[in-house]
Amino acid sequence: MKRTLVALVEDKPGTLNRVASLFRRRAFNISSLTVGHTEQEGMSRMTIVVDHSRTDSRIVEENLRKLIHVVHVQDVTEEPAVMHDLAMIKVRTSEGTRAEIMQIVSTFGGRIVDIGLETLMVEVTGPDDQVDRLVDVLRPFGIAEMVRTGRVAMVRNGDPSEERTQRSGND
Amino acid sequence: MRHTGAQIVWEMLRHESVDVVFGMPGGGIMATYHPRQDYGLRHVLIRHEQAAAHAADGYARVSGRVGVAIATSGPGATNLTTGIATAMLDSIPLVCITGQVASSVIGSDAFQEADITGITLPITKHNYLVTHVDDLAETIHEAFYVARTGRPGPVLIDLPKDVQLADTDTFSPQHDVRLPGYRPIEAPDPVAVGRAATLVNASVRPVIIAGHGVVLAEAEAELRILAEKADIPVTTTLLGKGCLPDDHPLSLGMTGMHGSATANQAIQEADLLIAMGMRFDDRVTGRLADFAAGALKIHLEFDASEIGKNVPVDVGVLGDLRQSIRGMLNTVEQASRSPWHERIAVWRADSEDRDFLARPEGEILAAPHVIDAIRRVMSEDAIVVADVGQNQMWAAQYFHTDRGRAFITSGGLGTMGFALPAAIGAQIAAPDAEVWAVAGDGGFQMNVQELATIVQEKLPIRIAILNNGFLGMVRQWQEFFFDKRYESTRLLNPDFVKLAEAYGIRAWRARNPEESRSAIASARSHEGPALIDFQVAGEGEEGNVYPLVPAGAALDEMIRRPVAVDARTRRHGG
Repeated sequence: MKRTLVALVEDKPGTLNRVASLFRRRAFNISSLTVGHTEQEGMSRMTIVVDHSRTDSRIVEENLRKLIHVVHVQDVTEEPAVMHDLAMIKVRTSEGTRAEIMQIVSTFGGRIVDIGLETLMVEVTGPDDQVDRLVDVLRPFGIAEMVRTGRVAMVRNGDPSEERTQRSGND
Repeated sequence: MRHTGAQIVWEMLRHESVDVVFGMPGGGIMATYHPRQDYGLRHVLIRHEQAAAHAADGYARVSGRVGVAIATSGPGATNLTTGIATAMLDSIPLVCITGQVASSVIGSDAFQEADITGITLPITKHNYLVTHVDDLAETIHEAFYVARTGRPGPVLIDLPKDVQLADTDTFSPQHDVRLPGYRPIEAPDPVAVGRAATLVNASVRPVIIAGHGVVLAEAEAELRILAEKADIPVTTTLLGKGCLPDDHPLSLGMTGMHGSATANQAIQEADLLIAMGMRFDDRVTGRLADFAAGALKIHLEFDASEIGKNVPVDVGVLGDLRQSIRGMLNTVEQASRSPWHERIAVWRADSEDRDFLARPEGEILAAPHVIDAIRRVMSEDAIVVADVGQNQMWAAQYFHTDRGRAFITSGGLGTMGFALPAAIGAQIAAPDAEVWAVAGDGGFQMNVQELATIVQEKLPIRIAILNNGFLGMVRQWQEFFFDKRYESTRLLNPDFVKLAEAYGIRAWRARNPEESRSAIASARSHEGPALIDFQVAGEGEEGNVYPLVPAGAALDEMIRRPVAVDARTRRHGG
């Protein structure tokens, strides 16, 4: 089973390195990790997907908390959250298949972002399984290249910073 | 007033109440050394940077304060790493300051450049590369705060040459720590504390396993009150040794691979384990699947990531150990557990029969004789610093420790060569105490160069070499598990007495129990450092540590020392 952790980290040199080093050192099995800026200056946000059957996600969570520059960690797996993955897929086309591919992509809510002589570049965003299914459907046409960002997650409603403020009472 | 980076280092060390630093200068850190004398801090010039880290570690373990080590860039910094890893595994607060090549050439493979913040990332609690002199004071303050709070650990500060030389007029020693993600200690959850107490009240055969965390949290008194009130036997880990006096009636001694058989058997038959400030190390648990299989488990711990890491627990109590135990005391009932203690008494009697010291003394000198002879005469305030291997286990078994911070050794990393330099730090932290460094002939030679430091600093350390001519622990395992092929474990040693004398240290040699006692008396009455080369049995039953839980065996599947015939006769009067 996959569990999704969201970590808010101070944007200091080496923070990603510390997180990566922790995973390697503890032999944690990580399915994906994304990192990017947030609404707060000086803070980055990581979404980490852990394969729970191979690595206890609670131990990952507690070890992340121990890193000095990790400000907040939340396991959002059970939370009402939007969890999306973005994929860019370069699909081989021919005169006969182009229209069919475009129709499939539009059914999955994806868009065509580039058209070449022999390929189409598709961009799709959505839950992992939806992206997986599109990839499966496109595979028979021939996938020339693909990149996926890994899951990013955000809890619906609520304000995750509430708990954050409570817990960061400095001493 | 303008301050250079170098001056700020010493200003801040003074501000953090540091009174001694251990280190060695070199090109990358010379600038920092330059103004030291103006600040009146003691500097101990070690002979190898590994020893600087171990000495700072020994100082921290004895004093409870942060130990400080300084080294130059490149090889100076990399030499620190074994000492840093040792401190990391044993939760020892250190601040290590390393020189670094100038900022402008970092990354160019400059002379004596090493990426020490990268190298030490997984073996420090935190580390810093200071890029501007204006950040230096705050960084040093933060480093000390992080090192000593929460679960303590080593912190490294890497200082490029140009930052050491740069000056600033904005220096102030006062800084607030702003670490929004750092929550050192949380208050225990009263519900969890209550559940733990309820389990204690319902238990029939409880055992407390007390670890280093009890010493770090200064919760020895609370532990003792709880154990006495609820009549619970207590075993300690290697690093917990002394948190309940070894001579206390409730003490079972140390548990684990070479722990007391009584403690190991009690754990395996317990219906409740109360683990405090320990981390279920593999040396403590034996085969996990069979570890205290019939016991409910409570874990009082101040590092959340340790709860449930190796052993699933029924109640985890996260938070300051003193508060947690005090909380339990409100609900834990006065109890008397005579049947349980009677059961334990049977194991105790058996262990006494098997004890090597129960045998009549002959001409053979064995390590337990040596430790026992030192124990009988050493003063009450004595501090023992043990190396790693057989000597360490004999020291742990035969020294009776009555308080924390009196038995110092490298537990988690098992660093041979630790004892001699750590004893330097221990003696400086406790200048009037009798300090004994106990090491095997193998480990002693791993930092033997520190004999020079001991002489230069005029430290009256007593050094006991348990010289069996082998890498003894490995040899014992070869005897038991590798067909007695003593592959690469036999040591051709120098004459340790002459070696000590070459350094200007008085030394004696002992080959039998009688010579051993007389050498100990001479060494104790000598003013200044002293060394004794105890030539102890190297092979056979006298040369082995018992009990031994083989790797992968359950804690009660111990290889025991056979009962000596006359011990049995003596006890049963036949």
